[in-house]
Amino acid sequence: MNKVINLTEAAEHINDAAVIMIGGFLSVGTPEAIIDTILEKNVKNLTIIANDSGFPDRGIGKLVVNRQVKKLVVSHIGTNPETGRQMRANELEVELVPQGTLVERIRSGGAGLGGVLTPTGLGTMVADGKPIITVDDKEFLLEKPIRAELALIKAARADAAGNLIFRKSARNFNPVIATAANIVIAEVQDVVPVGQIEPDEVMLPGILVDFLVMVREEHHGK
Amino acid sequence: MESRCLIAKRVAQEFKDGDLVNLGIGIPTLAANYIPKNISVTLHSENGFVGLGPVGALVDRDLTNAGGQPASISPGGATFDSALSFAIIRGGHLTATVLGALEVDQEGNLANWTIPGKLVPGMGGAMDLVVGAKRVIVAMEHVGKGDSSRIMKKCTLPLTAAGAVEMIVTDYCVFKITSHGMILTEIAPGVSLETIRAATEADYSISTELKEMAV
Repeated sequence: MNKVINLTEAAEHINDAAVIMIGGFLSVGTPEAIIDTILEKNVKNLTIIANDSGFPDRGIGKLVVNRQVKKLVVSHIGTNPETGRQMRANELEVELVPQGTLVERIRSGGAGLGGVLTPTGLGTMVADGKPIITVDDKEFLLEKPIRAELALIKAARADAAGNLIFRKSARNFNPVIATAANIVIAEVQDVVPVGQIEPDEVMLPGILVDFLVMVREEHHGK
Repeated sequence: MESRCLIAKRVAQEFKDGDLVNLGIGIPTLAANYIPKNISVTLHSENGFVGLGPVGALVDRDLTNAGGQPASISPGGATFDSALSFAIIRGGHLTATVLGALEVDQEGNLANWTIPGKLVPGMGGAMDLVVGAKRVIVAMEHVGKGDSSRIMKKCTLPLTAAGAVEMIVTDYCVFKITSHGMILTEIAPGVSLETIRAATEADYSISTELKEMAV
């Protein structure tokens, strides 16, 4: 099975009203070329699940500025003033989730679990309306799993089987969201033949990656 | 000494050899500059690594600190995904977290993530950090904008966590929050008890062993 596709083929998987997880932390490790493809296709009413909403001119922020996003599920929007503006104007729904809770909700969604019990958010407005469950005399908040139709991730290297290697702090949410979506597309800088990445080096097994988009030139976005 | 540096220097005195510490944006980050040379403290960066080092001469687009600034990883450091990063935070592996505050109160409640209607950046990793770290140290300038007290009887802003703060370090003094209430334990050079009293809404007692901050 050939997993390597081009950006045009990747865009065929991205449609109006899709629920999409996107990797990256303040745009580090965000698949910038695929984001630009979504901008060009101009699909609307997206639900984006990610760590943050990037910057107005980088990463997920570009989709917000271009008014393609209906709902954001993120831990932080402070670096993108346009997100806050649209939220206050009731043009964009924002669900703020503590970062560690967000990643565990995604992890549990990808691991077939019924959610996660966390102490994070107890005694705060994050706990509003959520069940509190006592385990061995300690209280935890029940946080539900999240899944998506599509996960868009970025890695440094892939082999043709889709096995991935990430670099430095660009790993962040990428391997986790790859477990929790029906279709996973990875933007990579290089695809090497099978066998050139040792099994012990693999950071995300290729069985979790459906498609690879090779973007050789370092993509600097808009 | 400039007040932000004074706070950072005092915070760094809390660290011990072998500690794993997460430093928030602003004054807490400055504490890294004052870690004593004879101890080894590892810094955790919640975007996915331990061994956070100084900003390098070369900018690597795949490596920033949790504030998005170009960063470096010291020899012996390690990278990982966000799930492991927060397992380290919540799982009791983090010795201390140092954060700023919008408000902190005498019961150790902390508010530092939103001012409803005005400022809604989101909590990022802060809620997990204050719940998970073994020690939560608030480092901030004693008086906020408009001369208002930020050390309160009861926080008025939405909380980041309840009852989590153990210590408050400001440019005026050090408070410890205990089961017996908040205690003034150290006072900055040149600051009077009256100044602290006037700038602190919270109730506190004065330690019988009150001393001057060694900064």
